[in-house]
Order: sequence, then C-alpha cells, then structure tokens
Amino acid sequence: MREKLVVIGNGMAGMRTVEELLKVAPQQYEITVIGDEPHPNYNRIMLSPLLAGDKQFDDIILNTPEWYSKHNINLLAGTPAASIHRGRREVTLADQRTVHYDRLLLATGSLPFILPIPGNDLEGVIGFRTLEDVESMINAAQNHKHAVIIGGGLLGLEAANGLKRQGMSVTVVHISSVMMNQQLDDAASQLLKRKLEDDGLKFLLEAETEAILGKQRVEAVRFKDGLEIPADLVVMAVGIRPSIDLAKSSGLYCNRGVVVSDTMQSYDPKIYAVGECVEHRGTTYGLVAPLFEQAKVVANHLAQYGIGIYSGSVTSTKLKVTGVDLFSAGNFREEEGDDVLLYQDPNRGIYKKLVLANNRIKGAVLYGDTIDGARYFQMMRDSTDVTELRDSLLFRQAHLGDSGHGDLQVMSLPDNAEVCGCNGVCKGDITQAIHKNNLFTLDEVRSHTKASASCGSCTALVEQILASTVGEGYEETPNQKPVCGCTTFPHDQVQKAIKTLELKSHDAVFHALEWKNSDGCHICRPAVNYYILAAWPGEYDDPQSRFVNERAHGNIQKDGSYSVVPRMWGGLTTPDELRAIADVADKFKVPEVKVTGGQRIDLFGIQKEDLPALWSDLNEAGFVSGHAYGKAMRTVKTCVGSQWCRFGTQDSTGLGVKLEQLTWGSWMPHKFKLAVSGCPRNCAEATIKDFGVVCVDSGYELHIGGNGGIKVRVTDLLTKVDSEEEVMEYCAAFTQFYREDAYYLERTAPWVERVGLHLIKEKIVENETLRKELAERFAISQQSAQIDPWEQHAAGTEAAQTFMPMASL
Amino acid sequence: MNQPKRIEIGKPSQIPLRGSRTVSTDEGDIAIFRTAEETFFAVKDSCPHRQGPLSQGIVHGNRVTCPLHNWVIDLESGEATGPDKGCTPTYQIELEGDLLYLTQ
Ligand code: SRM
Ligand SMILES: Cc1cc2nc3c(=O)[nH]c(=O)nc-3n(C[C@H](O)[C@H](O)[C@H](O)COP(=O)(O)OP(=O)(O)OC[C@H]3O[C@@H](n4cnc5c(N)ncnc54)[C@H](O)[C@@H]3O)c2cc1C
Ligand code: SF4
Ligand code: FES
Repeated sequence: MREKLVVIGNGMAGMRTVEELLKVAPQQYEITVIGDEPHPNYNRIMLSPLLAGDKQFDDIILNTPEWYSKHNINLLAGTPAASIHRGRREVTLADQRTVHYDRLLLATGSLPFILPIPGNDLEGVIGFRTLEDVESMINAAQNHKHAVIIGGGLLGLEAANGLKRQGMSVTVVHISSVMMNQQLDDAASQLLKRKLEDDGLKFLLEAETEAILGKQRVEAVRFKDGLEIPADLVVMAVGIRPSIDLAKSSGLYCNRGVVVSDTMQSYDPKIYAVGECVEHRGTTYGLVAPLFEQAKVVANHLAQYGIGIYSGSVTSTKLKVTGVDLFSAGNFREEEGDDVLLYQDPNRGIYKKLVLANNRIKGAVLYGDTIDGARYFQMMRDSTDVTELRDSLLFRQAHLGDSGHGDLQVMSLPDNAEVCGCNGVCKGDITQAIHKNNLFTLDEVRSHTKASASCGSCTALVEQILASTVGEGYEETPNQKPVCGCTTFPHDQVQKAIKTLELKSHDAVFHALEWKNSDGCHICRPAVNYYILAAWPGEYDDPQSRFVNERAHGNIQKDGSYSVVPRMWGGLTTPDELRAIADVADKFKVPEVKVTGGQRIDLFGIQKEDLPALWSDLNEAGFVSGHAYGKAMRTVKTCVGSQWCRFGTQDSTGLGVKLEQLTWGSWMPHKFKLAVSGCPRNCAEATIKDFGVVCVDSGYELHIGGNGGIKVRVTDLLTKVDSEEEVMEYCAAFTQFYREDAYYLERTAPWVERVGLHLIKEKIVENETLRKELAERFAISQQSAQIDPWEQHAAGTEAAQTFMPMASL
Repeated sequence: MNQPKRIEIGKPSQIPLRGSRTVSTDEGDIAIFRTAEETFFAVKDSCPHRQGPLSQGIVHGNRVTCPLHNWVIDLESGEATGPDKGCTPTYQIELEGDLLYLTQ
C-alpha cells in the first residue's frame, strides 16, 4: 500500500514540493492537499500585475484543477485544517472531516501583519496577500477615491502602484525616512521616491499611524502628530508573520516560524515544513527562490533519495513596478572595515553601490541600471575575490564585448527583439513561455525555449527577462548547484569524492554518490569522465561518455559530416606539408579548405567513413590531430618574432612550438589556447588567451585567463620570468592547476574570476615547491595523453571499424 | 509497399555498450543502439529537429542525446522528450542467439 502524504497549504511552496516529488517519485505517495483558499494554486507573486490590470486570474494559475486530478491528488480546497493529532497521525478540517497521514507537510505560508491599532477591523482595512485582497482592492477602486498604504516596502509600493493604475489617489505612509529600507539605502530610496512622485504617488514619511477612523467603513487615518487624511481603503503592508498557529497548537516546536532541520523536518520527523512558515537556522524567508530550494530538499527526502540538505540561501530583490529598474541583494549597509564602491549619476537617475568585505561582494544596490545585477549576485553567492576587478566592477560588463548583444536594456526591448542569436529566440517567445508554462528558473527557460541553451552569451539577458517577468532572482545558489538532474552533488564535491575515495569509473562514482540514474545523462557523463581522467591519468577513459567530437576526433558539422584540422606546430608549415594536405584534399574530394583563426588549415565536409583513411594519409606526412574538436589544448598562436621581425625581442615562434610540444594532447575542463608574441605589439593576441606569453627585451611576461569568444576577457598578468625554461615550467604548472581545480566546462577566464588571481599566484608564483609539483604531475598525465588519436584510429586498426556501418542493406 | 524484410545485421559485440552503429540502406542510415541493460533499439539515424545523426549521440538509459543541439530522443518510441516535439521512425530489432535481426 502506498504511504499517505498530506500537505497543509495549497500555496507556492507546498505545490512546488509536490511537483518536485512527482518528478522523482511519482508513485510513492497517495497525496492529499488541504487548502484554505477556494482556488487551485496560483502564482502569488503575480497578484501585483493582477492588481495593476496587466494580468487576468487565469494567467496566474499555476496548477489547474485538471493537474490535480491527472496526478491523482485529492484537493480539499476552501476549508482550513483546524487541528493535527500527532498520536493518531490525523488532520481535522474546520468542517470536521479527518484525513490520516503517514507523513505531513506544513506549507501554511504567512499572514499579513495587521497593526494593533484602533479601527484595524473596519471594513476596507485589508492586507495584500490573497486573490480576495486584490478583488476587494479592485472593488474599492471602482467605488471610492482615497487609498492609504501603510508600509513603504516592496509589497506596499506594488500595492500603491496597482491602485494608482486602478485610478485611485494613493498615499504611502512609512515609518522611517527611507522607503524600502530593507532593500535600499538613502540615496537609492530618494531616487525611487522621486520617480514614484513623478508618477503621481504621494508619500508621508516618518509618519506613525495612531488610529483608523470610521463608523462601519474606514473614513480616515490619524497619525501621532495629529494629522488626519481621508481614506476609503487602507492596505496594511507592514510585514508578514509566519502562519504557525496550527503547528503550535499541535505541540510542534516553533519560534518565529516552525523550526526545521537541514532536511526540513520539524521536531516531529514525520512532519516536514516548507515555505514562509518555516524558520531554518534562525532565518525566515519571504521570497520564492529560497522556498523552491527548500522544496527540492523536502521532495528528495520524501522520496528517500540521496542526502540533499538545505543550508540557507542568499536572496535578491526586484520591484515589479513598470518603469522602475531596481535591484538589491545581500547586506548593503557598510560596517567598519568594509569598502564601498559607488557610482552616481542623479540626473540620469542611475545609482550603483557595492559593499565589499575582504574584497568580496556582500551587498549591492542598483537603481536605474540593473543589467549587472545578476552578475554581482552570482559573484556574491560564489564569494568571488574581486580585487583585480575593482577598477571596472561598476561599469557594465556588457561594454566588454558581450558579442552580438552589447548595450541592451531588457525592459525597453520590444517583443520581437532577438535575444538568443544561436537559436533565434525573441523576447516575446521567452516571456510567453514563462507565462504559459509557469517557468521560474533559467534551466526551465532554456529547456522550453532554447534561449541561452547554446553558446550562453545571452544568459544575462535571459535572466533579466526572467527577473522582470516573474519578479526575482530565481536561480539556485550556484556553488550548491548539482552537476545535473541525476545527482544532488555539485561539481566540487564530485571532484573531491573521485580523489579521496579513489573512484575510477563511472559506475564507481554513480554508485558511491547515489546517482539517480545508473547511466547518468549527457551532462554528467562527460564531466565525470573528465574528472576521473584528470585525477587518475592513464587509468580510465570511457569513449561512450565523451561528446561525439572527442569520439570521432573531428568537429561534427550541421550535416553530420566532420572537419579535420591537423596540428601545425606554432603555426609553422612547410611546402611538403602543404603538398600533403593538397593531396589529401584532392584524393578525398574535400569540399572546402580553409585557413582557421588558429593559424592552421581546416578540411571541411569529410564523411565519417572516410576519416580513418584520411588520417592515415595525414599521419604518413607527419601530421597529428590538432584537437580542434576537444575540450583540450587547441593551438599555440605565434608571431614571427626575432627570427625575422625588426621589432622582435625573443624567438616567439620557436617558443610557441616548444609550448605546443609540451601541452598538446592534454584533456582540459574546457578548450585551452596559448599564444606567444615577440614584443608588446602583440601580433599573436597573447592577451586574450588562456595562457599567453608576451616577449620583452628583458624576458617573458606570462598572462593568464583570457579569451576571445563570447565574452572577451583580457588576461591577468601572472608574473615575468627570465628564461624559456621558466616559461615552460610555469605553463605546465598553471595548466595542471587549472586541470585539477576548474569545473568541467569552466574556461580559464571564469575560473580565474571565481578562484581569484591571488590564489593562482600563491600556488604558482610564490611557492616554488608547489609549482614544481604541479609541473611534475602535468608531465605524468601527458605520458598517457600525448598519443595521437588519429594514429590509434587510422585505417586498418580495429578502432577504425567502428567508423563504418555495421551492415549495408 | 514492399513486404517487410527481416535481415541479419551482425552481432551485439560489434556495437559499443551505451553506443550505436549504423546500418546503411537506400533510404538512409538506421542507427542500432545498445544500451547499458543490453537492450537493442533501431531508429532512423536522423533527429526530428534538424536531421542530426542520432547514432553519434550519448546514450543514457533508453534515450539518446542528439549531438547537434541536445534534443533527447526516447529510443523506444522515437519521440523527442521534454518540451521538444517531434518523432523519428523506429524499426523492429530482435536478438536471436548471438545475432541481431532488423525488420525493415
Ligand atoms: C574553425 C574555426 C573558425 C575558423 O574558420 O577560423 C572555429 C570553429 C568553431 N568554433 Fe571557434 N573556431 C576557430 C577559432 C576560434 C577563435 C580564434 C582563435 O582561436 O584565436 C575563437 C576566439 C578565441 C577564443 O577562443 O578565446 C573561437 C571561439 C569559439 C567559441 C567561444 C569560446 C569562448 O570561450 O567564449 C566557441 C564555443 C565553445 O567553445 O563553446 C567556438 C566553437 C567553435 C566550433 C567548434 C563550434 C562547434 O561546436 O561546432 C566551430 C567548429 C567548426 C568546425 O567544424 O571546425 N569557438 N574560435 C577556428 C578553429 C581554430 C583552430 O585552428 O583550432
Ligand atoms: C503581492 C505579492 C507579491 C509578491 N512578489 C514577490 C516577488 O516578486 N518575488 C518573490 O520571490 N516573492 C514575492 N512574493 C512572496 C511570495 O509570494 C511568497 O514568498 C510565497 O507565495 C510563499 O509561499 P508559501 O507556500 O510559503 O505561502 P503561500 O503561497 O502563502 O501558501 C500558503 C497557503 O497555505 C494556506 N493555509 C494557511 N493555513 C492553512 C490551514 N490551516 N489550512 C489550509 N490551508 C492553509 C494559505 O491559505 C495559502 O494558500 C509576493 C507576495 C505577495 C503577496
Ligand atoms: S565557426 Fe565559430 S563563429 Fe562561426 S558559426 Fe561556427 S561557432 Fe559561430
Ligand atoms: S538536429 Fe538533433 S537536436 Fe538539432
């Protein structure tokens, strides 16, 4: 018999938990949902646009009645649960019906806090929490004129904006001098106030409400200083109070909320709690992103899966008022010892403030220009060291060549503006998909629309659209983000387990870490394959877990053919080599021959069956694979240098060849490119490479962490050395550190930003022993890597067979 | 329509575990899959999205991820999974003794 799960609270956190549970264990429980509100679960966040007239109720339903019946969920809507008998494991509803449970989930949310002042029970005095509240506001707007909002926080301002849009004359009353003082500092709050005043809202700041006056319906509001203003509607938006009466009366331990452990269990392990009614590690939350993280943990635990725990969240806020661009995250009030970075342009209404502690972002307030909000938020959650970025941190990253997207403000984009250049997805497609399918996370938007699912350069824009459509930063805390849906473990923990537990195969990893599917998927399999081969060189490599390019040793093309790029060491070639390439191109009727951006030659349009024979011919002429297809060392670009150039200071070409001989064949977390320029004119573009060398008269400057591509990043200077031998040692050490430390598909540029240049200098420049150890480990791993895959698969080998059809009919 | 033909195509061991080999026919390639559980599937080697060669994808469970744009195709039904919509033809394949037979 299936166990019985009863959920109390048919709201956002409760239903999200049920959805997550259905994903992982659809058959495990017989589910009953008890909901106070007489509706299916709707998107509470969207009550603001509903009030403003931008949405209809149908648009904001998250789970339709059909959804409940399709999943055999028994929905008891319209009646509150009145008591819980924990001994009998029974819930009694207000109408005396009883429901038995094996496990119980409390998801009762919270209630608006109503000020304990005279008149607070008059008709027309309401909170802003439910559909009914919105309906009474809209009714009031049709029959009355004066609205007073008590509370100048997020909710209060959204209510004020909505009521003004409904035609009321609105006054916002706030007890402090700073509106949204939970989210904004004085300066940003002033800008916001000015803007909202221009839009026609009135403000009474530093005003303490004493009483609400009226006979039956509210007529006026009186303040401590004696001032009275007319009011036909009073909305109390001074805060929320976790809804815990039911939990308390059943004897569960509560403080401000129902107190839960990291597995979201209350003091009675049969009873879980999730959402705004919860207090976790002393914190309660009032935004959906953390609640959704909690929901996942509860679902996994209910499904008896894995060991996911919830360890708290950092949140960010946006105000959903059209025309206001505002972002706030973390702790934006500086304390002693903190640094503040500030940018102000009051005339254009732009204000940006970052608070740094130990060179890490701990809080951010942005007004007027919020495009970098998601980026700061990410850095904050990753605890990125920003020492090296301080000069430019407040200036839009978008200016630094977000290729193809540049200077866009998402709010002002028309619906037909193309956002994702790879998949041709327009803004309208994205907003529609978000509404239609109730999407909340970047991953969901990706899988439904493909926006930002390819090259990823429009990720920030898509996040902005998501935020402006649903109102908030919905992403999970990234350093806790699991590798993929098959596991709850993030990258660093998988890496660590592989090393410490000596896991040397996919099966071993999947077993030890309790993977959900024994086979993994196309996301985790290549990552795990890389981590194993980086940790245990020469011991394991599963071709079936590699992306096609690394299995076919060529780049797959849109028509299923392949491209072939032989290595040309340091960009050098000879007439014989060129002749050999010409012969191959003739013999195999290669449709196109092109000089690549990486200083070598690409043969396009080769059929898979022809690859082994073509490789044999190239091998014979002395060529090896160029790995143009791999998460691997790609090319070493060079310039002519002192051999020929009148400005050359060192033999950059020769050094490039040596570096390529050192590093070729190496598998990497992502592609890895090098370059050597013979003088600071830098013709080989060494300062946008993963590892670049700029020769100068007195030696060699070593540069790291650059790339061209989607988001141009200029390298950081690692150090300067005197000899070629040192260049080689530093290069090997840096490469190995990256190979061991970075996450799969994390290129050096984001990796350097994540771990900080400091750390890299510490390991490689300041510590000679470590540097030599790293270089040594690189040498060891190269022993099993520098084997030409083309030779291994050349015509006549057994491996070549797999490139042919197994039969022809 | 021709009568369906049942043809021997080779041994399981010719196909890598969690992998695929193709069988070429006049109407294009058919991809033969061998899953971790030693189940065999035959589908047209052409993704419903933009005709990517499914035989080159990563095989997981009874699914394959297309190498071109990561659609995930269910090998049993040939249907795209998740939010993607589309279907690729499937064929009957049987293992008898140590030989695979394809019905076309
Ligand atoms: C062939 C070539 C274009 C050309 O005709 O010149 C090329 C072709 C491709 N590039 Fe590139 N890139 C080529 C030089 C570059 C360069 C220039 C360079 O290396 O100096 C860049 C910018 C510099 C850089 O990487 O920092 C470049 C930045 C990218 C990126 C963006 C990387 C990034 O970190 O933002 C991608 C996407 C990716 O790797 O995820 C990409 C991906 C690709 C892929 C592999 C797309 C794919 O997955 O199928 C293209 C394969 C086509 C094919 O079938 O070969 N290609 N690509 C160049 C091969 C160089 C070589 O000899 O190996
Ligand atoms: C107007 C508005 C705008 C918002 N905007 C944002 C935003 O932009 N971004 C953001 O992240 N968050 C926003 N929020 C907050 C967000 O909506 C909440 O954090 C979220 O809804 C909390 O989910 P929950 O499941 O804990 O509570 P709820 O969604 O409130 O669900 C709790 C449910 O339990 C029911 N219930 C309570 N007691 C009982 C009982 N005894 N028996 C049966 N049922 C019971 C309640 O009736 C309710 O339906 C907004 C909230 C409001 C009101
Ligand atoms: S070669 Fe590079 S820039 Fe050109 S289309 Fe392909 S990925 Fe894009
Ligand atoms: S062709 Fe298969 S996903 Fe595009």
